[in-house]
Amino acid sequence: MKTITKQKSLDEIERQLAGLDRVFIVGCGTCTTVTKTGGIDQVLEMKERLEQMDKWVSGWTVIPTACDEVTQADVKEYGQTIKDAGCVLAMTCALGVHRLNLYVDRPVMPALDTMFIGVEETPGRFREACGQCGHCVLGETAGVCPVVSCHKGLMNGPCGGTNYGKCEVDKEMDCAWALIHERLQAQGRLPLMRMYQPPRNHQVVPRPRATRIS
Amino acid sequence: MPSRLKEALDSGNFVVTSEVAPPKGTNLDTFVHHIDLLKDKVDGLNVTDHQSSVMRYPSLGGCLLINEHGGEPILQMTCRDRNRMGLEADLLLASSRGINNVLCLTGDSVPVGDHKEAAGVFDLDSVQLLRTVRLLESGLDLGGNQLDGPVEFCAGAIVTPEAHPLEPQLFKFEKKVDAGAEFFQTQAIYDLDNFANFMDFARQYPVRILAGIVLLSSAKMAQYMNNNVPGIFVPQPLIDELAKAVAGDAPKGAGLAKGIEIAGRMIREIRDNALCDGVHIMAIGKEEVVPQILAAAGFEALEPALE
Repeated sequence: MKTITKQKSLDEIERQLAGLDRVFIVGCGTCTTVTKTGGIDQVLEMKERLEQMDKWVSGWTVIPTACDEVTQADVKEYGQTIKDAGCVLAMTCALGVHRLNLYVDRPVMPALDTMFIGVEETPGRFREACGQCGHCVLGETAGVCPVVSCHKGLMNGPCGGTNYGKCEVDKEMDCAWALIHERLQAQGRLPLMRMYQPPRNHQVVPRPRATRIS
Repeated sequence: MPSRLKEALDSGNFVVTSEVAPPKGTNLDTFVHHIDLLKDKVDGLNVTDHQSSVMRYPSLGGCLLINEHGGEPILQMTCRDRNRMGLEADLLLASSRGINNVLCLTGDSVPVGDHKEAAGVFDLDSVQLLRTVRLLESGLDLGGNQLDGPVEFCAGAIVTPEAHPLEPQLFKFEKKVDAGAEFFQTQAIYDLDNFANFMDFARQYPVRILAGIVLLSSAKMAQYMNNNVPGIFVPQPLIDELAKAVAGDAPKGAGLAKGIEIAGRMIREIRDNALCDGVHIMAIGKEEVVPQILAAAGFEALEPALE
């Protein structure tokens, strides 16, 4: 399971850094290293790009797991270098940005957009598996989630856009309901295709979502 | 006021519906012209709901215009742009203003259209929307609250008899029947043997089936649909027939004329062999020639309309 990220355009990064000429860069050794959006190579490349924008890079680091609480110790280690900078540019997912914001008294700017939490299906190919919707139907859909695996999140079968088992939005993408049908058939549970799913509850935990575990 | 479409569906007569597409903007001249041209020749006129996810004048507005002009509107309603509250409210508006027919659809995906960054809502799906229509008729809304005043619809849905694979679509068809669909308009069909097989399945259910007839205007269009439109399959002999019609020094419009002939021939064959309960004619931008299709199909009552 990895957080899938994509680098923002340099224009957008430059816009966020307007008026901030001294930058400290933080990469992450976990997800963004795997996705090649925030590993050592990308951090060094970003350093070069920032210098071309006439920014001064006071320092950089690649934290083992930026979303983790150990980040506090890493940040402490670079305390003065970060203080010397006007801001931190985070080549981490948004969870890393949030974590850094807890420990850094400088503005933390995301260099990446966080796309989704994905599982690696085949080497290098990630797919969203769970949208944390708050009401799991996987037991009735043969383990294929119609909420995130169907473009429209349809709960009661395929739309008319499905074609030869693929999605109308992307011919490379499997139609979730073709998969559900196939797997239910393999499990000998095809009658579940007739089961009516009522409208989803979009307010299981109203946003902002939070809970207390007692 | 009862649905005239419902009366036609219950009459046992061969039912003909067609559809009109609202404009992009407020110039309704062509749209109204199409309504006037077709309203007395068909049992119902669908008004598309931002078809292909392209933002247009709304389906509800189009249906109101059809009512004003004395036609029988069929409100196409997709789940793409409104959450359940919006859909319910629009159903109340429709019912209160004499729009007595609703066609419940999922809706195309947002990225195929012209507002590519819009949210695709899909709070309900087509099966849930059908059930919502029946719920409102029972006097309740999805919040569990009582409604003041009656709601009544003749509710329909769609099905794709040429889908690959077909079985998942048939399960959904059954769900739509269970949810209260009274009639189905199918995606375009061209292979009548395949369609007869589908009808063997569909006949088990107490619903009316209107075969989708999409006008072919050229061999190129037919090939395009085969390659790009899910669930549409134009057999090669029809493509050849269209290509042959424009070969050599054929007059301009010979392709379209052939398409009209093919559509008319198919409708006649469906009716003469009682393959299903009627047809739904989609001319897609060529609404002008729908009367000619009907004439080619041998609907004599329409003769006076042919100038």
